Order: sequence, then structure tokens, then C-alpha cells
Amino acid sequence: MSDRFETHEHDVLVVGAGGAGLRAAIEALGQGASVGVVSKSLLGKAHTVMAEGGIAAAMANVDSADGWKPHFRDTMRGGKMLNNWRMAQLHAQEAPERVKELEQWGALFDRTEDGRILQRAFGGHTFRRLCHVGDRTGLEMIRTLQDRGVHMGFDVYMECTIVRLLTDGERCAGALAYWRETGRFVVFKAKSVVMATGGIGKAWPITSNSWEYTGDGMALAYEAGAELMDMEFVQFHPTGMVWPPGVQGILVTEAVRGEGGILRNKNGERFMERYDPKRMELSTRDVVARSIYTEVKEGRGTEHGGAYLDISHKPAEYVKKKLPSMYHQFKELADVDITKGAMEVGPTLHYMMGGIRVEAETAQSSLPGLFAAGEAAAGLHGANRLGGNSLSDLLVFGRRAGLAAAQHAKETPAPNLDEGQITSGESEALSAFQRQGGENPYAVHRDLQKVMQNLVGIFRIREDMEKALVELAKLKERAAHTSIEGSRMFNPGWHMSIELKSMLTVSEAVTRSALMREESRGAHSRIDFPELSPEWGTKNSIIWRDGSAMGLRQDKLAEMPAELKQVLAEDK
Amino acid sequence: MAESGARTVKAPEFGQTLRGDSWWAETIPVVLLLGGFGLYATLRAFEGRFYEWGPYLSPFYSPLIDEHHRWWKLSPALLILGGPLGFRATCYYYRKAYYRAFFQDPPACAVSEWKRTYKGETRFPFVLQNIHRYFLYFAIIFLFFLWKDVFQAFNFDGKFGMGVGTLVLLVNIILLTTYTLSCHSLRHLAGGKLDCFSCATFGKPRYKVWHWLSILNERHMWFAWMSLISVGLADFYIRLVASGAIQDARIF
Amino acid sequence: MAEALLKVFRGNKDGGQSVEFKVPVAPGMVVLDALHYIQGHLAPDLAVRWNCKAGKCGSCSAEVNGRPRLTCKTRMDSLPQNEPITVIPLKTFPVIKDLVTDVSWNYKVNKKIPPFTPKPGASWKFYQDDVDRVQEFRKCIECFLCQNVCHVLRDHDKYDQFGGPRFFVRVAGLDMHPMDGVSRTKLLKNDLGIGLCNITKCCTEVCPEDIHITDNAIIPLKERVVDEFYDPVLWIVREIRGARET
Repeated sequence: MSDRFETHEHDVLVVGAGGAGLRAAIEALGQGASVGVVSKSLLGKAHTVMAEGGIAAAMANVDSADGWKPHFRDTMRGGKMLNNWRMAQLHAQEAPERVKELEQWGALFDRTEDGRILQRAFGGHTFRRLCHVGDRTGLEMIRTLQDRGVHMGFDVYMECTIVRLLTDGERCAGALAYWRETGRFVVFKAKSVVMATGGIGKAWPITSNSWEYTGDGMALAYEAGAELMDMEFVQFHPTGMVWPPGVQGILVTEAVRGEGGILRNKNGERFMERYDPKRMELSTRDVVARSIYTEVKEGRGTEHGGAYLDISHKPAEYVKKKLPSMYHQFKELADVDITKGAMEVGPTLHYMMGGIRVEAETAQSSLPGLFAAGEAAAGLHGANRLGGNSLSDLLVFGRRAGLAAAQHAKETPAPNLDEGQITSGESEALSAFQRQGGENPYAVHRDLQKVMQNLVGIFRIREDMEKALVELAKLKERAAHTSIEGSRMFNPGWHMSIELKSMLTVSEAVTRSALMREESRGAHSRIDFPELSPEWGTKNSIIWRDGSAMGLRQDKLAEMPAELKQVLAEDK
Repeated sequence: MAESGARTVKAPEFGQTLRGDSWWAETIPVVLLLGGFGLYATLRAFEGRFYEWGPYLSPFYSPLIDEHHRWWKLSPALLILGGPLGFRATCYYYRKAYYRAFFQDPPACAVSEWKRTYKGETRFPFVLQNIHRYFLYFAIIFLFFLWKDVFQAFNFDGKFGMGVGTLVLLVNIILLTTYTLSCHSLRHLAGGKLDCFSCATFGKPRYKVWHWLSILNERHMWFAWMSLISVGLADFYIRLVASGAIQDARIF
Repeated sequence: MAEALLKVFRGNKDGGQSVEFKVPVAPGMVVLDALHYIQGHLAPDLAVRWNCKAGKCGSCSAEVNGRPRLTCKTRMDSLPQNEPITVIPLKTFPVIKDLVTDVSWNYKVNKKIPPFTPKPGASWKFYQDDVDRVQEFRKCIECFLCQNVCHVLRDHDKYDQFGGPRFFVRVAGLDMHPMDGVSRTKLLKNDLGIGLCNITKCCTEVCPEDIHITDNAIIPLKERVVDEFYDPVLWIVREIRGARET
């Protein structure tokens, strides 16, 4: 290996320092592996901190009838049966243990009267199931994991971005990255790599996601030869802020509805009666998002094109205690006192159900040595994720990924790094500096967001998506000709030019998968195919890199064992 | 940690800041009130007369020790003022106020200070701030005397009555009591020092006490100022009456 | 559309200067939106740290018109109109580039603090009354505005002897945790230098999460330090108890 590059070697390299990445790192450390965690931003700033509502785990502290079976059932139904049933089973069975563990590492959840972890109601969950800390559950989780990991002794590489996964024949061998601060490149050599990079929201303009959510993990895995799955399932959260313009898309937690918030249109009608009279506001996210969208489209929207969400019928003190960050968010950003008046909300892109295809037990991708967990991985949530299932996903499959990655590292010899991959990765990343007079990468990003919002949004139709593919091809061309001002030191324009490539890859994957799936299921709604199709219900859409083109196929879902079918058949 | 490099926008000299508001005005009331009170209290403490009239006794002179100068030749106030003075001087609120206003340490938030050796509260004399709780104990004893004075202020030659002075002393003792009860040290001793209320003996009542004291504690600054003003005014009123400058009005 | 004039620090550890940018103002716009506009249209290499843009991650700290703020929560219409808005990096930490500073010192301090360590035989049954106090401390989003404004660091450069308000809040969150079994009082006195704090409350003033840092974290911790190191009566009590036990 040339000494031109700073090089670090680990048994397990975890990419991403959110809930899944940290949980994976802790588990791998516990197995005695040497662990490095690479994070695009500072430690503790991961997107997990924005998770508000809670962690879904059938602990039955509040509703004693709850158990893994009802949780499994809710998850499968919420995901419109497209979920990997084994993942859904493991998730429902292991989540309570993971939450208890978190508490034993110092997390402080809200308490029940009898001194246990309090659980709240949430959309799509039959029982009160979400363990929470006011409306900042994700922050509590990140701090707890962060401190545990730091004191167990993983190495953290902060503000460091991976640009390429390195392979050794048919296995993952590490990664090439650059320090955001200096722009210098760094090589990580690892026997196992865990992708815990989160989602892809930044390809859309109205999103609750942070700048980091550019789909890097999925794009990197795809480039390295791993398969992606169910990329058409992109969740729009029904309640994002719609006014003022600067805050458009910022999340309004589902906990508002969990605590009794009511949705109304401009005529004051509680319109959920028309869309899901049984579950009303606590219907699944796909249904509520489409309902709001439809109300607005049919002229019953609020002044700024949303719906009213009202919690002001609850006592002011209760609202402030249970939803403190929402109270402050609206007070400070929108001049609205939510204890007195209604919020204006509308759909915002929130979560990616699809991602890197993994095995249920080990979280290993189709590329040996490459693992994935959390939002970057596909399977658990099927066609639509239930609120609260994300934080539990991070814990359950973060742990499994870390365990399996450490195991894999024990069983395999150190890989060899191919210097050709490193130098070509470097020169590709730097290419924008070579060009003069090209476009500002931010301009290309804005146009990409427009394409995805207008053509691959909540409701989809063939003509739009075909047009989107044409537009994406043009954008790819433009992205290849951007140029950069300034030096390599902390240069966001340059970073954007690299992230654009990831966003374009995942946007294309979303569009191609969405075009292929000729039905409406969960978060994927086709105007031209408005019904659930039993045939499509047995298929996952798979994306892989076929040379320089994007390969696309359908794989049949594995047959569900009889006992799980039985669980689904029991209604309560 | 690496040394911070030269930055043209860095504000290295005293008072330098990019704040556009009148940050320097924040400390003016503190300087005036605290300085004014200090001056008045010193003069009054040394004065040694006009502290008593009818049933009223000035809080500056209570408890009254060696009134007839058998062994203490100076003003009796000097014997006792150290208690309340120490309580206020080591008070967590007043410390903030005078460090900012009199020591300019800092002059205001995000405004540069003089460069000098800074030891905070780790060295003499400021390390003595740590015995604040002992002044609290004294302050509680003083409260008993001052409450006794208020009860006496209802006693006009053996008959129950009330004058303006009675009211003045009553308001004053209420403010002094809330100031004392809202003390950070008291809150700590009452329950704050526990880690787990539900695990401790008497945890429940201690939690309750801690909880209520915490609510008072949030207004500690307010009580600190109000009681300072009230104690000064109470003394001033009694001085006016005792010196014959005004007449105390009887309410009944 | 109305326009605002921003004077933004541009430079690195070797120095720099304010650069003026004209930015169109939209309703409800925050300072971070203006910085994004600059990146997107005027200076794509302007270095700004940010993540969530919703006041939840604490990344976008800077000094706006001389005051330490989260730029994502500072509304343009809350600042004096028709005056330039100055935006400079946190003063207490070394500049890397433009508005991005090197905050790694904070992570080093954090490593000194013993992590949560459960009491032996902890029952894990505890109540809301036990956790209310600690949950306040755990709201901290590590924006480091309190560290930045604290004069012990900002003006007196006590990086070697002092932990700063953020880490007093963190220690409070651990020490007052109902199930924690370790005392960090000695650490507070010796390594984190809590005695250097003169409780002048600027940390509390700038906290975007409204944590009462001084009253609820630092002062109670100072009292705990007094219990262990300065209170003579408690010292005698401990000695007697110790003698009895041995």
C-alpha cells in the first residue's frame, strides 16, 4: 500500500454515526473487534436526534395485552405485507430487550405511575407502544449510545465522507474517504463494513431530512456491486411545516396526533372521517399524507396549502410538557402558539423504506463483508413504515449488523487493497476542480429536487416518471460538468458535487423501481394503477449495477412459515 | 488545543464586542441599587440611634444586643450585621450581580474583559463563597428574631394594634423569608443532594419540599432585590419615625 | 423583494475579513437560510456547519450581531432592519474556515467524565419525580454556545483546567441520575474546575434549549462539591462514620 494516503485499519468499519451505526459499533466492540466509526458530521449530530415520537417496542407496560405478535402484525399490515417477514419478526421480538438495554446504559424514558417506561399511542400501532422521552426520544438515544461507545473505545472519524467502497475480488475491503476539514484523502482497510448512512431525502426540496441524507450509503453499495431493494417506497410524512417558506418541510411529530391532535381542512371538517373513519388521525402515514394532499388538491387546503393540525383543546401545560420542542418550534419559527391555535401542516419527505438488500439475521448485503442497518437497509418496513418502528429498527438491526460484522471479521483474513481503485476514486472526486467555468453544483441540486418533487412525488404516473428519467439523464450530464470555486479546505460546493452523484443514483433507482411497480401499495401510489395488485404483492423490486447501466428485476418474496401466517390471521 | 489564530473580527480588548445593543446599561441598576444600599446601610449601622420607636425595631438592629453599651461601645448594629451581610454577599444570585457589575467579570455576555489572572472562586477570598450554607443557618436564626419583632409590632403598650410601621415590618419579613427559603443552598440541603428521591428514606416528603423550594428558587433574584429594598425601606421608615421627622399613622 | 446585507466572516486560522453579501429576504427566513442562499448563489465554498435546520442538532452555532446563536433559529425579522447583519464564527474555538470552528476540545473533555454506571443491584423501578430534573439536562443538543460564551474559556482561556457549562450539565445528568452509582464530585473540583465558574449566567442566557444551566446544574453541583470538600461539619460526620465502620 502506498504511503501517499493516511491509512487506518479496523476489523469493522461503521459508516454513519446515527442510532444504527453506533449500536452496531457497540456490539462489534463488545465482540472484541477493533471498530472505526466514520461520520459525515460531528458525533452526536446524526439524523437520529430528530426522531421525536418514540421507540416502538411491545413491552406491555401500559397495555398489558401487547406482545411481539401484535407488533409483528401491525408492522406487516402497515408495510402492506411486502416486509421481509423474518425481519419483522426479529424486530418485534427483540425490540423490548433493546429498549431495556438502552435504559441500563443510562437513557431516561418518561415513566409510568408504577415506575416503568411509559408508552404512548402512535399511528398504525394497535396498542400504546412507543417508549418516549417527551418529543426528543432520538436525542436521548443518540447521547446514550454515543457515550457508551466513546467510553468502550471506538475510534471516531468525524466530518469524514466516504467516496468509494473498496473491494477485494468479491468482497468488501474498506473505503476511501476525505476529511471535510482539509480535503485530504484517507483510506480505511476493514474486514467488514457496516453501512448505516440513513436515507435520501435531500433529493426532494420539501423534506424533514438534513443535508446528510443524500443516499451515499445506498449509492456506494450499489457501485460496489451490492443490490438495492424496494427503492420505490419513499415515505412522505403527513405533517411537515408549510409556512413560512424557510421552514417548509420541518417535521411536526406524529406524537401531536398520538397525544390527541386533530386534522381539519379550511372548512373546519375533520376530513380523516372520509379516508379512514376507524383510525382517523392515527391511520398509517401513507394514508394520512395522501388524505392531506387530496384535500389541498381539491381546494380545501389552508391558506398556505396544507391542513390544520390542532392540539389546543388539550391543557396548555400538558402540551408544553409532552410536546415541548413542537411548542418552541412553532413559537419561534412560525409565530404560532400551538396551545392556543392550530398548526398548518402538509406532507414532507421523511423516510426511505427501500435501500440495501440484506439478510434478515445478519444484515449482510449481497456483497460479502458489506452489512447495512437502519434506514440504509431495506426489508423491515415493506411498503410503508410505522412511526416508532425506525428507532427500534436501528437498535435491533444495528446490533445484529455489528454482531455479524464482528463475526465475519473473525472468520476472514485481512483483505488486500487495490491501489487502482483508490487513485481512480481520488481523481474522480477531485475532477470538479479540474474544470473551469462549469455550473455551480448547487444549481444542479436545485433542479434535481424540482424533478423529483414534481415527477416522482406522492402520486405517480407513467408519463411523469418517463419524463423524470430523461431529466435525470440530463442532470447527470450537468453534474459531470460542474466546477468548484476555492480550495479543498471545508468546501461545501465541492462536497455537494460529490453528493450529487449519490443523489442522482438513488433518484434514478427510485424512479425506475416506481415505474416498474404497476400498482399502488403503501407509500407508492400510482394514479394509473390505483389498486393493490395481488401479483405485485409477492414481489420485491431489485436494483443492481449492470456494468454502467442500472439493472432492474423482480424477486419473489420468501414464503412465510405457517406459524407467522397464523399470527397474522389472529386479529387481536 | 491549538491556539486560535489571528482574526480581524476577534475582539481582544476590554469592552470590545459586535453586540449592537446597549449591553453596558445592564449593570447600571445593579451598581446604583447595590452601591446605594451599601452606602446607606453603612451609615445607618454606624449611626447607633433612631432604630427603635414604640413597638418597632429596625431590622438593621435586630436582635438588639447590649443596647445600653455595657461592654460594646459602638453601634449595636455592628454586632449583628455580619450575618445578613454575609448571607447576601455569598448568595448565588448576588455573586452573579456583583461579579458582573463591580468586577466586570464579565461586563456582559460576549463582551471582552481585561486580560488578567483569573482564579474564579478557587482562591481566597472568593473560595469562602463555599460556606454560603453557614450564613444560611445564621439567616434562619435571624428570621426568628425578625418574626418576633413583627409580632411585637402589633403590641402597642399591651394592646393589639397596627400602625403603618407594623405593615412595613410585616411586608419586609415576608420578603426576607421568601428570599431565605428560595436560597440555592437550602434547596440542596432539603432534597437536591439526593440522586434518587424514591429510593431515599423520607424521599417523598423531601422531594415535595425540594420541589416547592425549587419553584421559589426560580424567583430568587426577584426576592433578593425586593427584600433588599424592603429591608432598607423598613429601616428608613423607623428612622424617620424615631427621629421625629414623621409620625407613625395608626391603622387601628 | 426586500434585501438584507450580511457581513460574513471569511477566512481561516491565519486570519480573514468580513465579506458583504446581499440576500433577498422571504417571510419567516432565518439567518441560516441566508447563508444557504449565499452558498447556492454567491459563494458555494462558504463553509457553514449545519444539519437539521430545526434547532435539534446544535450544529449551526455562530455569533450573529455579536450574540452567540443558532443560526437556524435566528429569524431575520428579529434583527434590526436596514442594518447589516454580522455573522462570525464562535470566538472561543479556533477557526477552521469561515464559520466552521474546531470544537474537538469539547469531545476531549467529555472523555474525562466517567460514563453512566448503574448502582449495584439497581431495580430499574423509578418514577417521573426522579427523572424530571435529569431530563432537563438531557435536552442539551451540544451546540456549544454555552462553552463559547463562558468567559472562563472565552476570555481567560482556561482550557486545561475547566470543563465548561456543557460538561457541568452533562455531569449533572449523570450524577443526579437515579440509578447511577458513581460520584463525580472530585472530578468536578479537580479536573473540570467548577470553582472557576463564577456563576455569571451567560451560559443560561444563550442556551437555545432553555436549560437552566446555572441554577439547576452548576449551583447544585457546586453544593455537592461543598458537601464533600468545604463543609467542616459534614467532614466530621464522615470521619466519625468512617471510624465507626472500621
